[in-house]
Amino acid sequence: MVSPAAEKRVWQLGDWLRLFPADLQRVITALAEDHRVVGPQIADGAVVYRDLTDVGQLPASWLDEQDGGSYRLRQDASAGAFDHVVGPHSLKNFLFPARDTVASFVRSEGEWKQEPLPADERPLAVLGVRACDMAALRIQDKVFLGSGYVDPTYKARREQLFTVAVNCRRAAATCFCHSMNCGPKVAPGFDLALTERDGWFACQIGSAAGLALFQRLAAAGMALTSCTAPEIDAAEKVSADLEASMHARKPVENSPRPRSLDTTGIRDLLYANPEHPRWEEVATRCLSCTNCTLVCPTCFCSSVTEVADLSGDHVERERHWASCFTLDHSRMHGGSVRHSTSSRYRQWLTHKLAGWIDQFDSSGCTGCGRCITWCPVGIDLTEEVAALRQSDQP
Amino acid sequence: MITPPVYAPSLSPSSPPAASATDPWRSHAARIVGITDEIAGVRSYDLIFSDQGLRSAYRFLPGQFNMLHLPGIGEAAISISSSPAQPDLLTHTVRAVGNVTDALARAIVGDSVLVRGPFGTPWPVDRLDQRDVVLVAGGLGLASQRALIAELARRAVPCRRAILLHGAKHPADLLYQQEYAGWQASGIDVHLIVNTPFQEWTGPVGLVTDILKTLPLVPAETTLLCCGPDRMMTAVAEEALNRGVSPAEIYLSLERNMSCAVAHCGLCQFGPVFVCRDGPVFRHDQIARFLAVPQL
Repeated sequence: MVSPAAEKRVWQLGDWLRLFPADLQRVITALAEDHRVVGPQIADGAVVYRDLTDVGQLPASWLDEQDGGSYRLRQDASAGAFDHVVGPHSLKNFLFPARDTVASFVRSEGEWKQEPLPADERPLAVLGVRACDMAALRIQDKVFLGSGYVDPTYKARREQLFTVAVNCRRAAATCFCHSMNCGPKVAPGFDLALTERDGWFACQIGSAAGLALFQRLAAAGMALTSCTAPEIDAAEKVSADLEASMHARKPVENSPRPRSLDTTGIRDLLYANPEHPRWEEVATRCLSCTNCTLVCPTCFCSSVTEVADLSGDHVERERHWASCFTLDHSRMHGGSVRHSTSSRYRQWLTHKLAGWIDQFDSSGCTGCGRCITWCPVGIDLTEEVAALRQSDQP
Repeated sequence: MITPPVYAPSLSPSSPPAASATDPWRSHAARIVGITDEIAGVRSYDLIFSDQGLRSAYRFLPGQFNMLHLPGIGEAAISISSSPAQPDLLTHTVRAVGNVTDALARAIVGDSVLVRGPFGTPWPVDRLDQRDVVLVAGGLGLASQRALIAELARRAVPCRRAILLHGAKHPADLLYQQEYAGWQASGIDVHLIVNTPFQEWTGPVGLVTDILKTLPLVPAETTLLCCGPDRMMTAVAEEALNRGVSPAEIYLSLERNMSCAVAHCGLCQFGPVFVCRDGPVFRHDQIARFLAVPQL
C-alpha cells in the first residue's frame, strides 16, 4: 500500500492523502497534543460533539433519520463513521458558546476596574465539520469579526480553530444545503477535509496548519501516502453525485419529504409580505420555544447577565444566547415590540432569509435543516417560504 | 461676503475610544459629579471619566449614546445630552423605568459608574448648512437633541434658522424648562405644546403635529429632526411630508432594546438594521417602509 516515492515527496496545500482509520487516529492524537479535540459521538440519542481521543468513538455504522420534529438514530452495518449528517450541535456551541463571560470587574476603594479575561486553556480542533457548518462559520465570522466591531473572545477562538471537515456522502430529508449554495461539498477554508471511502478516507490539505500537522507526523515517522489521480476524482465525485441527487430528489410516499428552498428573489418576497396571513397561521402552531434559534448554527442573538459574588465587589458580565422568539428580545420600557408569536416568527424568518442579506451580504441560512428537525411541532421554513410564495401579495 | 463658520470645532467623526476599538466590552470608570432633578422621575447625571487620558481623548457627536453600566445591576443605552464642545463632562438624562435606571436614581454625587461609548449615528450636523432646521421632540426625546441644541445655541452649526417643537403630556413634563429662555435668546425659536393642560398653562394644547401643520416653513429648505415614541415620529414625518419636506430631509432617532451597542447581540434589530450601529438616527426614507409595519 505505501509507496516509497510518496513518503519522500514535499507535501503541499491542496494535496490529497490516503488515511486509514489508524492514520486518522494519529491525526487525532497529534492534534490533541496542543488542542482540545472534539468530534461527533452518540450521546443522549443523538450525534453530538464531545471530546474525542479515539477514532473508535466516532459513530461508525449509525445513521440519523431526520424529519420535521423528528430525529432518530438507527444502526446500519454498511454506514461509515460520518454517514450521519448534522446533529443539534454546531461550531457555534464552541466559538460562541451558550454561556460566555465577556467582561469581568472588581471594585476597590469605591471604583470599578475591568480585569482581563482568562484565555481558553487550549485551542479547539473539531473533527467532522460539514459543508453547511463551515458555511455557518463564515457567516458568524461576518457577524463577530466583520461588522465594524470585533468580538475579542470569538476572535481568539476562531483564529486558533482547527477544522477537520467532512464531505457528506448522504443527505437527510431535512438537508437543503444544495438550495443555499452551502454544500454538500466543503468550500475552501478548512484545515483538512475528509471524504470517506470504503474503509479509508481521502484527506485534502486545506491550510498551512493542516500541512504543518502532516509535516510533523511525517517527521515523527508516519508514512504518508498520496491519493492516486483516480482516487481523487472518485472522492470529488462523491460530493458532485450527492449534490446532483439532492437536486433530483422527489417526494416518496411514507418517507420524509426531501427539502429544498427556492431562493429566487427571497429578500424581496419576505419584505413585501410583512402582513401576509401565513404569519398568523404559523403562529397557531409555533410554541415560541426557541429551539430553532438554539440549534441554528448562525443565529447570533445574545443578552448579558450580571453575575456578582456575595460581596458585590466582583462582577462578571455573562453573555448567553437569546432568541427572537422570546418577549424579552424586543423588550423596552413600556413593553415588548414584538408581543405576538406571529411577529416573532416573522422576525426570525425575515431576518434569516432577507435582513441578513442587507446586513451581511449573505443569507443567514445554510440549509442544514436543524430548525426543521428540532422544532417540536415540525414547523418547516421551506414550507413556510413556499406558502408565502404561493400567495405572494405584491 | 461673510464666510459661514465651519462646523466641527473640536469634533471628529464618530470613533470609539481606542480601547473600545479592540474590545467593545471595555468599560471605563466615571464619577457622577452632578445630579439635576429634571421632571418627575427624570434626573440628569453629569459624568467625568476617572482616567485623565480618556477624559481629554473622548469625543462624541450630537445624537450619539453611551452605555451606562452599573456592575451587578446592568447596562442601559442613554443619549449624551451635554455639549459636544465640552466632551470631558458628559450629561445623561435618565427616566427611572427599569433595573439600571432605578439604581441610577438612587445614586449620589461621587458614585462610580462604568461607561462604554460613544455609539451610534449622530444627527446630520454636517448637512444643516443654510438649512431651516426643525427639531421635534416628544417627551424625553428632547434628551437626544440637547447636545445638538447646545451646538445650535453657540452657533457652531451654520444653519439658517433653528426651530424647536417640544411636546409633552402635562406642562410639568416639559423637559429642561429652565433652559428655554437661553435657547430662545440664542436664536432658537422654541415652541411648546402639551396635550393635558393645567389651569396655569397658557400655551397651546394638542400635539406637536398641530404646531407643525401651521408652522411657517420653506419646505424645500427645511430639514426636520425628530425624536420621540414611534407613533409620534410616524405622525410627525407624515405631517412634514404633507408640508412638502423632502423624505431625504427627515431624520428620526429610534429607540430599541440596545444591549451590546455594536451590532453583535441582535436585540435592537429593526427590519434589516441594527438600531445601535446603523442608528439611532435614521433618514426617514431609509426606514419608512419598516416603520409602517406593526410589531416589526
